[in-house]
Amino acid sequence: MSLSHNIPSYFHIKVDRESCKKCKRCTTHCSYGALSFNGERIVADDSKCVACQRCVVMCPGSAIRIVKNESFLPPHGNYTRRIRNILWAQSGNGGVLLSATGNDRPIRTIFDDLLLDACQVTNPSIDPLRETIETKIFFGRKPKKLEFLTDKKDSTKITLKTEFMPNFEIDMPIMIGHMSLGSISYNTCMAIYQASKELNILAGSGEGGLHPDFYEYGSNIITEIASGRFGVDINYLHKAAGIEIKIGQGAKPGHGGHLPGEKVNSLISQTRMIPKGSDALSPYPHHDVYSIEDLAQLIAALKEATRYKVPIGVKIAAVHNSAPIAVGIVRGGADFLTIDGFRGGTGAAPRIIRDHAGIPIELAIAAVDERLRQENLRDEITLVAGGSIRYSADLIKIIALGADVAMCCMPVLIAMGCRVCQQCFRGLCSWGIATQQEYLVKRLDIDVARNRIINLFHSWNEELKEVLGAMGIDSVESLRSNRDRLRYIGPNPKIAEILGVKHAGE
Amino acid sequence: MNNTEKEGAFKLEEKNIIEINAAPNNKPLNYKVLNEKIHEAIKNNHKKIILKDVCGQRFIGASLQGDLEIIINGLPGNDLGIFMDGPKIMVNGNCEDHAGNTMNDGTIIIHGNAGDVVGLSARGGKIYIKKDVGYRIGIHIKEYESKYPIIIIGGTAKDFLGEYMAGGLILVLGLKFCLDGTVIESDQPICGNLLGTGIHRGKIILRTEKDFTAKLGVGAKIFEISEAEKNEIEPFIKEFCDIFNIPYDIISKKPFKVIKPISKRPFGGNYCGQII
Repeated sequence: MSLSHNIPSYFHIKVDRESCKKCKRCTTHCSYGALSFNGERIVADDSKCVACQRCVVMCPGSAIRIVKNESFLPPHGNYTRRIRNILWAQSGNGGVLLSATGNDRPIRTIFDDLLLDACQVTNPSIDPLRETIETKIFFGRKPKKLEFLTDKKDSTKITLKTEFMPNFEIDMPIMIGHMSLGSISYNTCMAIYQASKELNILAGSGEGGLHPDFYEYGSNIITEIASGRFGVDINYLHKAAGIEIKIGQGAKPGHGGHLPGEKVNSLISQTRMIPKGSDALSPYPHHDVYSIEDLAQLIAALKEATRYKVPIGVKIAAVHNSAPIAVGIVRGGADFLTIDGFRGGTGAAPRIIRDHAGIPIELAIAAVDERLRQENLRDEITLVAGGSIRYSADLIKIIALGADVAMCCMPVLIAMGCRVCQQCFRGLCSWGIATQQEYLVKRLDIDVARNRIINLFHSWNEELKEVLGAMGIDSVESLRSNRDRLRYIGPNPKIAEILGVKHAGE
Repeated sequence: MNNTEKEGAFKLEEKNIIEINAAPNNKPLNYKVLNEKIHEAIKNNHKKIILKDVCGQRFIGASLQGDLEIIINGLPGNDLGIFMDGPKIMVNGNCEDHAGNTMNDGTIIIHGNAGDVVGLSARGGKIYIKKDVGYRIGIHIKEYESKYPIIIIGGTAKDFLGEYMAGGLILVLGLKFCLDGTVIESDQPICGNLLGTGIHRGKIILRTEKDFTAKLGVGAKIFEISEAEKNEIEPFIKEFCDIFNIPYDIISKKPFKVIKPISKRPFGGNYCGQII
């Protein structure tokens, strides 16, 4: 018997024998095979439990509880349980360990060390319930300045000389990040796109192509061109509100993608335009992009291909030298730039990269914003920031640090029912979110999920207005890069220096 | 409806050919201006577009669709026929990098050499190159249903040929075209190193008698050509020889070797999904 079988489980499934009606509902709902019925009673296998809570919620007698496994490993402050489990798993199975969602290491979150300013006496606050506070933004590249032509004969005749680049309007500074059909289910995608259209915010398609059923929501979808070019055809280019070249992802900077063949069913095959059962490997780099010049060429190619009708952007992961790369991308002609921080999520990524590569979005966005300002480029582009925008407070802080739009995924999934069990890469999601198995996908009710996303972002937007009102700001555009409205209370003054934020009390 | 109307117009309208000068007064047009002119010509129902004096303009034929023929006299720039879906492009001369990038359907015929990264991620269509090509040709070409990309190279290729290949066919003939028009065997190696690294579908066929085992990348393996494969490639080779005026009997003077994937999941075993 291999050692890996002896990895102590994190969870213990407690079935209360008195209230259990033996209806076996839990056994059909558990997609991980942790619960079964042996003819007499429900049997729990703790080693398979991921604490997704599906059985707990579905048990009609409330007979199940998932508790922390009390079986105790000898304590060690350095060789934590997590590290010991990693070593056991690798020595038992070999190979690169996979993981999902975002970095789960307990690294201090800079957002939590930032405090917001509010008006007192000398500058009046605004009442968002009675007065207009604008949360609308224009997405796309802006001209540096406006130039006019005056008629030589008639000096009162003035015409605009500046040519505008494609821009569109969204009602909230929010984008639901890129999650492909493949990493999440059809129902999840549908709920996200419907909610985005209803709210007039943006949603990303991910790199898995765009299913024809989603074309009608295209005016709120940014499609993604990744290194695998899956599903990229004329419709993919022409149905979208904008196109993003994906260079990197916060959860796995520098890494490609790998959708295993067993997940490529007929739906995925049709959307990605690859044969059924075939692996979908995204190469690590784009093989036509080895430099900023090459990237500028791909941006220009996409602009040509779409006849200059939609904004073309680039997404990079937040890494050590994001700021100079960002400058290159903006000079290369990108209309928008997305930066994804190291806590950003994934459906599947090597654990080693998810847990250890990249930098926090707070620092990256502040550095990029600052550098673009120095180069006199900041006002030209739309800057999108993601990588664990958990709730409205993070949204407000990231905008004050320099982003135009906040991008998030996990809050949307959690709103739909995700319990953050971090097993997305196994395709067994019992809530019907990160799975392609039909019996599981059916569990996610599109209407319910859509309404929950709409509720969530309505409340974020209201909270954004409340904060803007309290700061005496009447438009979210005036909060952008307004770092004077932030103060730092964390332990490391160097962080405050990089953020360009004063310490509380200063 | 529209298509049949257009086809009708095609038969009736004899003046559907247009010539566009890409360098009026010997000054090459900016690529945006040239491509706009092409789009205008298409709007005016021209089905055959002849480009004169092309000099490095990029993105010619980008995302064009339908029954169109573009003849390029000169040297087209990078990303020729990127995202293209159906038209036929013929280049009378050499061509720079990235021809047929992410092409969905159509034909690109190059009467000369082509640069690097030809046919990147192409899903369908044909790319025929008379002479030699550079590095990273046919990376990640893939097939889907009736779509089957075919790249045929008359000369030789460099490193990383067919890397990450996920479908389709790459064929390298290893010929040399002399200035007097005769066709002889090339003295260059037929391909470079790291041939077919990470290939998981499709095949690369090389016309050579030499052993190139040392050049194989991870996941690729050499096979003898089967009768079925010979029959499969024959019509394409005949078409290729017709287009470029190559005597067909020279082809049979050397054997074909086929490079196919060892597995459909070359990296499947690299990962471990253990709950920790």
